[in-house]
Amino acid sequence: MTTASQQQKRIWRRNSGDVGSGAGDSGPCGAGPGGSGPDDSGAQDAPQPIGFLHPKFSWATLPDRGFYGLSFIMVVLVGLLTLSVLAVLIIESWPSWRQFGVGFLWSSRWSPTKEQFGALPQLIGSMLTSVIALILVVPFSIGAAMALNLLVPSWLKFPLSLTIQLLAGIPSIIYGFWGLYLLAPWLEQVIYPVLLALGAEESAGFIFAPIFAHIFAAPGSGISLLTAAIVLAIMVLPYIIAVMLEAFDAVPPALRESAYGLGATTSEVFWHVILPSARQGVLGGIFLGFGRALGETMAVTFVIGNAHRLPQSLIGPGTSIPASLANEFNEASSPLYLSSLVALGLILYGLTLLLFVLARKLLLSEEGSAKPATAKGKS
Amino acid sequence: MDNKFLPNDQTTESDANTGGEPKLSLKKICFYYGKFQALKDVTLDLYDRQVTAFIGPSGCGKSTLLRAMNRIYEIYPGHRATGEIMMGGVNILSPAIDLNLLRSTIGMVFQKPTPFPMSIFDNVAFGLRLSQRLSKSELAGRVEAALQKTALWREVKDKLRQSGLSLSGGQQQRLCLARAIAVAPQILLLDEPTSALDPISTQKIEELVAELKRDFCIVMVTHNMQQAARCSDYTGFFYEGNLVEFDATEAIFTHPSQRRTDDYITGRFG
Repeated sequence: MTTASQQQKRIWRRNSGDVGSGAGDSGPCGAGPGGSGPDDSGAQDAPQPIGFLHPKFSWATLPDRGFYGLSFIMVVLVGLLTLSVLAVLIIESWPSWRQFGVGFLWSSRWSPTKEQFGALPQLIGSMLTSVIALILVVPFSIGAAMALNLLVPSWLKFPLSLTIQLLAGIPSIIYGFWGLYLLAPWLEQVIYPVLLALGAEESAGFIFAPIFAHIFAAPGSGISLLTAAIVLAIMVLPYIIAVMLEAFDAVPPALRESAYGLGATTSEVFWHVILPSARQGVLGGIFLGFGRALGETMAVTFVIGNAHRLPQSLIGPGTSIPASLANEFNEASSPLYLSSLVALGLILYGLTLLLFVLARKLLLSEEGSAKPATAKGKS
Repeated sequence: MDNKFLPNDQTTESDANTGGEPKLSLKKICFYYGKFQALKDVTLDLYDRQVTAFIGPSGCGKSTLLRAMNRIYEIYPGHRATGEIMMGGVNILSPAIDLNLLRSTIGMVFQKPTPFPMSIFDNVAFGLRLSQRLSKSELAGRVEAALQKTALWREVKDKLRQSGLSLSGGQQQRLCLARAIAVAPQILLLDEPTSALDPISTQKIEELVAELKRDFCIVMVTHNMQQAARCSDYTGFFYEGNLVEFDATEAIFTHPSQRRTDDYITGRFG
C-alpha cells in the first residue's frame, strides 16, 4: 500500500509538471478524483489534484471544477470590493491631504468659507461619544447577560432575549427621533441641571466638583455630546448583550457545577469562573459595540448638535465624523470641501480597521496567554 | 420491598470494615427532572473510609443520585429530590441547610476535567478562599498539601503560576481532585472521573482513590465494571431508577443475588 501511495505521489508530481508523459502510466489515477480504483484507499495521504491543477479535462469533473472556479471568483470579488472602497476614499480625498498634509488630523479649524479644514473636532467627537457610550453600556450589558445566563428561569429567558434583540431591529433614524423629542429635553431639564449644580462653586463638599465643573460646563444643552453618547449606548446595547450572552452560555455546565460544588455562591461563580472563561467573547462584544458606535450616523446627527469646534463641555454641542458627513455632503460647495469630507471618511475607515486589528491581536494574545504565567497576585 | 435494597450481609461487612455508623444514610430518595422520575425510593448507607461504586447502564440514575448528595442539582430549576439523606444526624435535603457549607463538606469531581481559567495555585486555593480566612503561608501550605496528596506536587511545583489549562488531561483531573480535597471535605463524589482519560492517567486516578480512601468517604460513579471491581468496597447496581442490588463489591461480582445484576456484570445487557 505504501508503494502505491508513493507511486501516486510521484505520478501527481509529474502530472503537475508536464501532463503528457505522466498521464500515460498513471492509470486509474488519471481518471480524476472520483474514478480512482482500489488503490485509492492506500493513497489517502497523497495530495489530491484539485481545481485548476487537475491534469486532464473530463466531463465528469466539470461541475466540480465549475464550482471551484465560481467560489474562487466570489472570494476574489469580495477582496476587490474592500480594496475598491479604500481606493475611492484615497483617490477622492487626495486633494485634501495634498493641501493640508497629515496636519489635517490635528487641525481643529473647519471653515468652508476660508477653505480651511481639519479633522480634530470630528475625530474627538467620535471617539468621545463612542468611549462614553461604552463606559455606560459595558457594565450594564455584563449585568444583563449575567442575569439571562444565571438567574432568569428558562421560560422567561427566550421572551426577554427576544425583547433585547428587538432593540437591535429598530432603525437608526427612529432612535434619532426618540433622542431628539424625548431624551434630549428630559436630560436638559432634569439631569443636566444636576450635573451643573454638582460642578458649581456652592457644592463645596463634593470632591469631584472641579472636575464636574470642567467637563459639564454651562450652558447645559439637551443637544450635546453626552446625549449622543447615551443614544449610542442604547443602540449598541443589544449587540453587546447578545455577544456576551453567547459567550456566557458557551461556558461548560460542568465548570459552573465545579465552582458551585466547592461552595461558591452565584456571584462568586460568575466573577471568578464564568466571566474569566468567557473573557474572549466579552472583549469581542465590546469591540463590536465600539465599531458600531463609531460608525453610527443618523441617530447621532439628530442629537449631537453639529458644532465644528473642539468640544468645550460634554453637555454642549459637538460633532462626529459620520454626523459631519451626513450633514455637509450636500452642501459641500468646493472640491476641497468635498475632498476634506471624504478624508474624514478615510479616517473613519482607518479607525475601524485599527480597532479590528487591535481586537484580533488582543483576542489572539489572550488565547496564547493560557500557556505562560497569567496569575494574579491575589491573596 | 426495602429489604432487597439493603446490603444482604451488611452486618458482617460493615462490622469488619467500618465498625460504625454510616457516614451518609440515604432513605427513600426519589428524584425528579420536572415530571420525569429518575430515581425511585433509593435507600442505602455509605461508610467512611470506604469506596462505594455505582454501576449500571446509561440513564439508570447513578449520576443523579450522586448529584443529589451535594444538592448540585438545585442550580437547575425543575430538578428536585425527596426523601432523606442523613449526615451526622442532619437531613441534608432539608431547605434549612446552608448549601455553600454543604458543598464544601461534600466535594465533587466531574467526568471531564474542569480546571478554572486561573493559575494552578489559584485553582486549588479557590475553595479555600471562599470558605476560610487564611494567611498567605497557611494558604500555600494547604495548597501544597492538597497537591502532594494527589501526587501532582512534583509535577507542578515549579509552575504554580501557570494556567491550570496548560496541564495535560490527566493532570487536570488530578488538579480537580486536589481542588476538591483542599477544602477538607468529608465525602468525595466522583462522577465517572476517568471516562475522559487515557489508560495511564486512569490508573493514576485509581491509585489515588485507593490512597484517598484512608481519609474520605468516597462515592464513585463508573461505567467501567472492572474499575468498580478494582477500586470499590461496596457496589450498588442501578437499573431504570431503582437500586437493584447493593452489597460488598466482592459479593456483587462473585455471587450477585439478583438476576439482573448478574446479567449486567456478565455483559448480557447494558
